Amino acid sequence: MNNQHEEDVSLLFLIMKGVGLLLLWGVVYWNLEPFSVWLTSGVLGLPPDQHFSTALQFFVYETPKVLMLLTLIVFVVGIIRSFFTPERTRRILMGKRESVGNVLAALLGIVTPFCSCSAVPLFIGFVTAGIPLGVTLSFLISAPMVNEIALVLLFGMFGWKVAAIYLGMGLTIAMVAGWVIGRLKMDRHVEDWVYATGPAAGLEDEKLDITARIQLGRDAVRDIVGKVWLYVMIGIAVGAGIHGYVPTNAMASFMGKGAWWSVPLSVVIGVPMYSNAAGIIPIVQALLGKGAALGTVLAFMMAVIALSLPEAIILRKVLKPRLLAVFFGVVAMGIMAVGYLFNFIM
Amino acid sequence: MKKIQILGTGCAKCKTLMANTEESVKALGIEATIEKVEKIQDIMKFGVMTTPALVVDGVVKSAGKVLSPEDIKKFL
Repeated sequence: MNNQHEEDVSLLFLIMKGVGLLLLWGVVYWNLEPFSVWLTSGVLGLPPDQHFSTALQFFVYETPKVLMLLTLIVFVVGIIRSFFTPERTRRILMGKRESVGNVLAALLGIVTPFCSCSAVPLFIGFVTAGIPLGVTLSFLISAPMVNEIALVLLFGMFGWKVAAIYLGMGLTIAMVAGWVIGRLKMDRHVEDWVYATGPAAGLEDEKLDITARIQLGRDAVRDIVGKVWLYVMIGIAVGAGIHGYVPTNAMASFMGKGAWWSVPLSVVIGVPMYSNAAGIIPIVQALLGKGAALGTVLAFMMAVIALSLPEAIILRKVLKPRLLAVFFGVVAMGIMAVGYLFNFIM
Repeated sequence: MKKIQILGTGCAKCKTLMANTEESVKALGIEATIEKVEKIQDIMKFGVMTTPALVVDGVVKSAGKVLSPEDIKKFL
């Protein structure tokens, strides 16, 4: 009984600490803009209408804003992810019909922890457990491409509409591309040794208490924010530069809506390139700021994150050349289609 | 004599786990062989779906995580 009481007390303490930190976060976050104005014009005494002071104020405001958003979201998602192990995701997907499976797989791709170095063991673990090939591929498309880092960075830098469009586009591509490949019945183009492996047992889910889950959230923050803060700062510096100086339609002639070939071209350039979501942000910032069309830029970003030469080499271990080519072809076509669609309707 | 295996296809995380394992073995002063398993066919025999993974005497202790030297000590 005593133990139970102590647990309750420490849980209460934990909740109070969490609420306190969240309040502090909110107070700081909502005061970032006045602070940046105060710093640039009050402390440094810069005149408000000059290019340099606008650029500096933009940088002083945006950098902590985006980093704070990233920290909060990565922490929360880190805790959510501790409930979604690959083993559990596999159990959810087992025995689902194909169309339902494609939708679920794309959605689970957002929350299941994923590292591109695990793509092959995950692929084998899924297909040997009887999950259809197309459903497995829906997961493998969505997991690296649609994730909290890409979404929070897009939200922080370009607003919720751009983030929502990216989410919608990414999920659609993952669902449809996986479903299409499923219809093509290409199971025999999986390397023969894969099915000979027999189903991977997977690990038992660890029983984690709330402290352990919070620790996982903190680990995620240290790991991810520690890795991407530099790209974020470069991205914002690029944005600040554009904000202050560069004429906004420099890119419009060849990456604007008028140039029909810009979408396929940016996908063709983006596919072999490899970068994570954070690394591509400075480029996205520069392209958008200079007047490139949103659909074109998001298509480029997705092509870079979802498909790459290293990924092709990794997946070649389990996919025969024809299936690998179909996989890349279908996903690239999907990215082009949504790129066009958004240039058309926006 | 413990037999430790690190499963992973050679990504940066696997190398970190290898280094951390060596560190904790040294710190504990136990006798152990540390072996890298890099062939995907061999990795799959352990039934893991995420790498890097830590295997001690044939039992998978952890998968998909870069454990700190402190964490690894608990498994040795």
